[in-house]
Amino acid sequence: MSEPRKLRVATTSLAGCFGCHMSLLDIDERLFTLIELVDFDRTPLTDIKRCGPCDLGLIEGGVCNAENVHVLREFRRQCKTLVAVGACAINGGLPAQRNHLDLRDILEAVYETEGGLARGAHIPNDPELPLPLDRVHPIHEVVKVDYFLPGCPPSGDAIWKFLTDLIAGRTPTLGHGLLHYD
Amino acid sequence: MANDDTFLLDGVAVPFNTGQTILQAAHAAGRYIPHLCWHPDYKPHGSCKLCTVKIDGRLASACTTPATPGLRVENRTPELDEQRRTLLQMLFVEGNHFCPSCEKSGQCLLQATAYELGMMGPHFDHFYPNRPVDASHPDVLLDFNRCILCSLCEQASARDGKFVFVMGGRGMRGRKVIINSATGRLADTDFSLTDHAASICPVGVILKKRVGFIVPYGQRKYDRAPVSVADTQGDEP
Amino acid sequence: MPQNWIMLAGMDQLEAIDWVLSRHRHDGTRLMQILRETQEALGWLAPETITRIAQGVGWPRARVEATAAFYSFFHLRPRGEYCLLWSDNIIDRMAGSRALMQRLCEALWLEPGRLSEDGLVFVHTTSDIGMGDQGPALLVNYRAATRMTAERVDAMAELIRNRVPLADWPQEWFQVEDNLRRAGPLLGEAFTPGAALAAALSRGPDAQLAEIAASNLRGRGGAGFPTARKWQACRDAPLATDQTRIVVCNADEGEPGTFKDRVLLNSHADLVFEGMTIAALTVGARQGFLYLRGEYRYLLDTLEAVLQRRRDQGLLGRGILGTPGFDFDIEIHLGAGAYVCGEESALIESLEGKPGRPRLRPPFPVTHGYLGQPTVVNNVETFACAARIAEKGAAWFAATGTPQSTGSKLVSVSGDVARPGVYEFPCGITVAEVLDAAGVRNCVQGVQVSGPSGTTLTGEELGRRLCFEDVPSAGALMVFDCTRDMFEAAHNFAHFFAHESCGFCTPCRVGTQVIARLMDKIAAGRGSQYDLQELSRLHQLLQGTAHCGLGHIAGNPVFATLTKFRPAYERRLKSLEFEPAFDLDAELSQARQMTGRDDAGAHLAET
Repeated sequence: MSEPRKLRVATTSLAGCFGCHMSLLDIDERLFTLIELVDFDRTPLTDIKRCGPCDLGLIEGGVCNAENVHVLREFRRQCKTLVAVGACAINGGLPAQRNHLDLRDILEAVYETEGGLARGAHIPNDPELPLPLDRVHPIHEVVKVDYFLPGCPPSGDAIWKFLTDLIAGRTPTLGHGLLHYD
Repeated sequence: MANDDTFLLDGVAVPFNTGQTILQAAHAAGRYIPHLCWHPDYKPHGSCKLCTVKIDGRLASACTTPATPGLRVENRTPELDEQRRTLLQMLFVEGNHFCPSCEKSGQCLLQATAYELGMMGPHFDHFYPNRPVDASHPDVLLDFNRCILCSLCEQASARDGKFVFVMGGRGMRGRKVIINSATGRLADTDFSLTDHAASICPVGVILKKRVGFIVPYGQRKYDRAPVSVADTQGDEP
Repeated sequence: MPQNWIMLAGMDQLEAIDWVLSRHRHDGTRLMQILRETQEALGWLAPETITRIAQGVGWPRARVEATAAFYSFFHLRPRGEYCLLWSDNIIDRMAGSRALMQRLCEALWLEPGRLSEDGLVFVHTTSDIGMGDQGPALLVNYRAATRMTAERVDAMAELIRNRVPLADWPQEWFQVEDNLRRAGPLLGEAFTPGAALAAALSRGPDAQLAEIAASNLRGRGGAGFPTARKWQACRDAPLATDQTRIVVCNADEGEPGTFKDRVLLNSHADLVFEGMTIAALTVGARQGFLYLRGEYRYLLDTLEAVLQRRRDQGLLGRGILGTPGFDFDIEIHLGAGAYVCGEESALIESLEGKPGRPRLRPPFPVTHGYLGQPTVVNNVETFACAARIAEKGAAWFAATGTPQSTGSKLVSVSGDVARPGVYEFPCGITVAEVLDAAGVRNCVQGVQVSGPSGTTLTGEELGRRLCFEDVPSAGALMVFDCTRDMFEAAHNFAHFFAHESCGFCTPCRVGTQVIARLMDKIAAGRGSQYDLQELSRLHQLLQGTAHCGLGHIAGNPVFATLTKFRPAYERRLKSLEFEPAFDLDAELSQARQMTGRDDAGAHLAET
């Protein structure tokens, strides 16, 4: 029997804090085992900027602006299996707590009316900056998501269990102590 | 074989006394049937539908169905647990359940039940309602974004003789807990920290101030044991 | 307020509230009537009004507010001097109600659902008001106005702008026709008040119950429960001290497309009240209620007059028809816009002054109903049938219809027919025969039997029969010809259930909203096959786990049309793959506006 092909994995953080990525590093020495099993494509770990065809995409963070949408769509196009990782990808998390506020009021408050701003401060309009959406969305509201890995962040152990299940071809499950929403 | 005073719960005999419901009898026997709006000290409400079981082939709420001899009750089947996950997902998207910023996390029945049933994601699109937070009372904070409309606060406050909380309104957009004051503020009621109603909320709506972090995350009730174990030891939240 | 009571003129607000309270003996179980009458006097239910009423009935304030907040027709915020609610059933829509509402809003410079800036007028939609045979219709300050046209709408806007009191509006706008197109054994013959009651009295309660049993009369509300069995159970239920048995007539005719009870109450009220009195005689009840839907408020005065005449004739009150000990009277309770109150235990909750939430069962109302007393709840038509059975005998009744469905049935017909209205046919009639009588104008694509909670038939199923052996029904046909879009009907019904769900149980409260949202998504051209599967899954969940009948069937019309009219859905789908429910590019529009950007990066292409 031939060696099983290594899975190609991409990761990214949208409207998140990179905490889930930090937690991935928390699998510690198991990282060595992981790189025996997978190759990394686009991810902050490799600094590859575009996502090529992959087996698995891990998305941290929700969708709060136009760039998030582009990246998420690229991942969905390229990855056979897409996983929402962490509270923000799953329900919008902290950024989504702006969802009951009007975007207009938010932008005005932050860039124009809050105390301490320079005179004449205005809402930035540089085309380099992605425009914010009216609301922050969990990623499953924008693309089809295959699996959810909750936690804020999911612990290193939870990530390890989840990934080893997936790599081995088992439907991932997290038992008591590993399944957390916080 | 079930005798005259037992029924079968997932194939195992559960004894019961006349007048007990299936859920009461199961609870007394240390058997877990998932539930949110049921509490052993109060009348069954029958609204969350998490305790829906299959009784001789028909779906029914375990909390309101009287136990009768020889019933065959299916409880933790893949089909019923799948249905329960869907109901949980509905509750999670109906409100704003941001566990990382909720001080009830780790001792929340909704969260613990979702863990027990292996709910990994919300599945549905979120409604993100904009519900009020009431911090007016000196000792208690109310955050209705997390309300699952279980009515336990209504029942507890009725037991207190105060009727501080009453379920009212209609439908998803209307149904809510109404506060017993003209202003709608908790501070303008006779609510007090010693009321039954102050300690009954299974989720993070009715929160006592200044005590939320006495037990650190990681060492809380449902961190120590899953709800199926923790809540069948005569120790409801 | 145009509808201020004359008696209340000159009173200040507190005096008015106290007057209403004393009229109702400060009795909290009469809260629905207290709230309605107070609101009719004061325009809306302000926080201090709720407080005063709560003090008056001795209830916790929150309980009074809980009831007020449950019903669509109670307002905890100002609703203006003119409140115009357009009936939003699919049939009214097909007759152009949406465009007329829009026209009215434009003429008055306002948005639906928002009180005008000057606090004068409020325009919105409401669930079907029971005028499907003479729509588009609306409620003007809770008075039904029918057969709206663009001309009438323009004139109406003018009257409102000029603040003309409702009493001075053209009265023909408020004319409600019976449109009884075909009468049979039930309605074909004149009825002499007292005739049936006299026959029942001479027969005696036991024999009268046997007569009902022999007639095989079954409930006309659609469920078809044998009437005699219900009466027997109530009659056999033990009474505690100070209790009596109760007879309730369910006139909460809220099922969209159904309006036969409107006709019975308008023109045959004696038959209905006499049937209730016979039920009282049979089960031994002393108290009766007619629970009249709020939409039929306009019938209240007429019905009160009939009741008073019957009292004067010795047909109600103490010692009815000179029979010592036969004491029974009927009072009318008005609902306030809640479809779920058609469910008998929710109706009883409402009669007790509470939110209309279906009770846990058992116990059933026949043993523990109104204020814990044994209670019979029957449909309006059932009581009318019972009166005729008492008058003419079981054999006469059973000579019509089929073995399992004796007697005749009133059928409300609306939609694409030449002669919409109410038809009396023998039970077991085919849908096709009813449609022939009503004059189908074009080929039939679908027929919704018994409203959104009923059965969807295709044009190929018109041979189906209206009876408990085949298509059980409350007697309503909504007809859709080939030019109609059955998806639109299902879409309308999905929103109806989302609006009318009481919110008690999780599956119905959230599930009906999720269904409505998915239907919106498909309607907006954003749907996928995935959403169709989701709709079927939700239907099964509701059917299995909801608390009451409303929830069990709330997915029916969607599921039935998905099965029988699937192409109507498929042609709207955007793709076979997942699609978001919202327009991503539109969600950037506020940010575009605020930054003044319109470059390529400021847009999101559809995938």
